[in-house]
Amino acid sequence: MFKSHLATGLTWLSAVLVSGMFTWLLADLLMHGLAKLSWAFFIESPENAGRSGGIGPIIVSTALILLIAVATALPLSLATAVLLSEFTRRDGVFALLLRRSLDVLAGVPSIVFGLFGNAFFCIDLGLGFSILSGGLTLACMILPILIRTTEEGLKAVPDDYRLAAVALGMSRSSALVHLLLPAAVPTLLAGLLLGIGRAGAETAALIFTSGYVARMPDSLLDSGRALSVHIYDLSMNVAGGDAAAYASTLVLIMLLLIINTIAANLMKHWNLAKA
Amino acid sequence: MRLFKKTADTPADKPKTQTAYTLGPLQSGPPCCVPEPLIRVEKLSLHYGAKPALNEVSLDIYKGCITALIGPSGCGKTSFLSVLNRLTDMIPGCRVSGRVVYGNQDLRDPKLDVQALRRDIGMIFQKPTPFPLSIRRNIELPLREHGVSKAADLNDVLQRVLQDVGLWDEVKDRLGAPAQALSGGQQQRLCIARALALQPKVLLMDEPCSALDPVSSGVVEDLIQRLRGQYTVVIVTHNLAQARRIANYAGFFWVRERAGCLVEFGQCKQIFDDPAHELTAAYVHGRRG
Repeated sequence: MFKSHLATGLTWLSAVLVSGMFTWLLADLLMHGLAKLSWAFFIESPENAGRSGGIGPIIVSTALILLIAVATALPLSLATAVLLSEFTRRDGVFALLLRRSLDVLAGVPSIVFGLFGNAFFCIDLGLGFSILSGGLTLACMILPILIRTTEEGLKAVPDDYRLAAVALGMSRSSALVHLLLPAAVPTLLAGLLLGIGRAGAETAALIFTSGYVARMPDSLLDSGRALSVHIYDLSMNVAGGDAAAYASTLVLIMLLLIINTIAANLMKHWNLAKA
Repeated sequence: MRLFKKTADTPADKPKTQTAYTLGPLQSGPPCCVPEPLIRVEKLSLHYGAKPALNEVSLDIYKGCITALIGPSGCGKTSFLSVLNRLTDMIPGCRVSGRVVYGNQDLRDPKLDVQALRRDIGMIFQKPTPFPLSIRRNIELPLREHGVSKAADLNDVLQRVLQDVGLWDEVKDRLGAPAQALSGGQQQRLCIARALALQPKVLLMDEPCSALDPVSSGVVEDLIQRLRGQYTVVIVTHNLAQARRIANYAGFFWVRERAGCLVEFGQCKQIFDDPAHELTAAYVHGRRG
C-alpha cells in the first residue's frame, strides 16, 4: 500500500517538476521581457550594443539563415529519403550504412558543426563569416531530421499503392510523383518544421559561421546575427543588456512554440488520417 | 467482338442464359466455342530465395474464358498470377523457371517491355486499391501514363469504363469526390474500371470478392461474368461455389513437398462433377482443405 502511494507520489512529483520548470521559465521571461515588447522592438535596429533599440535586422538575418538552411537541406533530404525508401532494399548494406551515418550526424554536438562550418564554408570555400555559411552549416545539421521524417512518411504509404501502380503499368517515378510524395506531404511538412525549430534554436553552430554583426545585411555574403546569438551576446557580453535579452528570448521561445505546435498538430492529424 | 464461334446447330437468336457452365458441349451453356490458348505455361517453377513456391505447373489459359484457380492458402495461386504480369520482378530474390508464352511473346524475356505487358495483362487485388485521389483521377492517372492526354478522350474512356462496371449512375455526379469514400464493393468496381480503361486483353484477379460483403461480392461477380468473351479472366478464389458459378476452366492447386503444384486442370464442370484426382474430389466436396 505504502509502496503504491510512493510510486504515485513520485510520478506526480516528476510531472509537476517538469511542467513547473517550463512554467517558471516562461513566467520569468514574460515578467521581465513582456514590458519591452512593442512593434518598434520588432522593427528597429539594436542600439548601444543592443541595450536599447530593437531586433529588426536580427529577425531578418535569422529568417535568411533559416531560408538558406531549408532551401539547401530540403532537396537533398528529399532525394536521400526517396533513395532510401524506394530505390534500395530496405535491409540492404547500403541503406544500413547510410542510416548509421545519419544517426552519427544527428548525434554530433552543434559546436562541432560550427567548427566544421567555419573550416569548410568560411575558410575553404571562402564564404567568410556570412549568412550563407551559417545557413549551409545549419543545413548539414538538420539533414538527419529531415531525411528520417521524410523516409518515415514514405514508408508509411501502404505498399498497396505501389503494387497497384506497377500493375497498371505506371513507372516508378510517376508513382512517386503522383502517389507516394503527395501521400507523404504531411510528415514531410512536420519534419520540415521540426528541422526549422532545431535550426532556429541553434547558437553554437552560428557563432563561428554567420558571425556577430548586428547590422541589416545587404547580401547573403554579409555577416548576420541570428536571434539565438543575439541573446547569447546580450546576456554574456553586454552589461545592462538583460531587459533586451529577456525580450529577445521571449520572441524566440514564442516562435519555437508556434512552430512545434504546428508540427505536433500535423503529426497528430496525419496519424489520425492513417488510422 | 466475337470470340466464341457459333456452331451450325445453334441458332444465333437463342436467348443467352447465364448458367453454371458456359463452355464446351455442356448442358444449358451458350453456343459452343473452340478454345484457343492465349497464355501457355509449361513447367513453371518459382522460388522465393531457396524456398520453392511453385513446382512445374503447366496449363493453358484460354482466350475469352474465365479460368478459376482454386486450392488452399499458400499453394502458390497468387504467385502464379504474379508471374503472368511480371509482378514477380518486384520481389527481391524471386526466381522463375519454365516457359510462359503469351501470344507469341516470351513472358520471361528480360528485355520484354513490362510496362506495355502490364497494360495488356491487368491485375485486380484482393483488397480494393483505389489511389488516394478523386474517382476521376484514379482512372485518368494510368491513362495519362500510357499517353492518353486529350480531355475529350479521357472523358469518353471514363464514362465507358464506369458504365461497364455499373458505377456510372452511382458516381457520375461526384467524379471529383475521393475514391476512398466509396464503399468496398464500389472501390473494387472502380479498380476493375481502372484496369479496363487501359484496354487489357487479360485480367488477373486475386480473390477480388473476398474482402467484400455478400451483396457487393455478388455485384462484382456479375461484373466478372460480363467480362467473359471480351476479356480473358484468370481468377483466384477460395469460394468454390463462386468458381463453379463463373468459371469455364478450373485448376486445382495443392501443396506437395512444401511447394505448390497443379493437381488437376480442366473444364470447370469436369473438375467439380467428375474430378480425375482423388485430392480434387476431396477438396471440392469439402472433405479436405
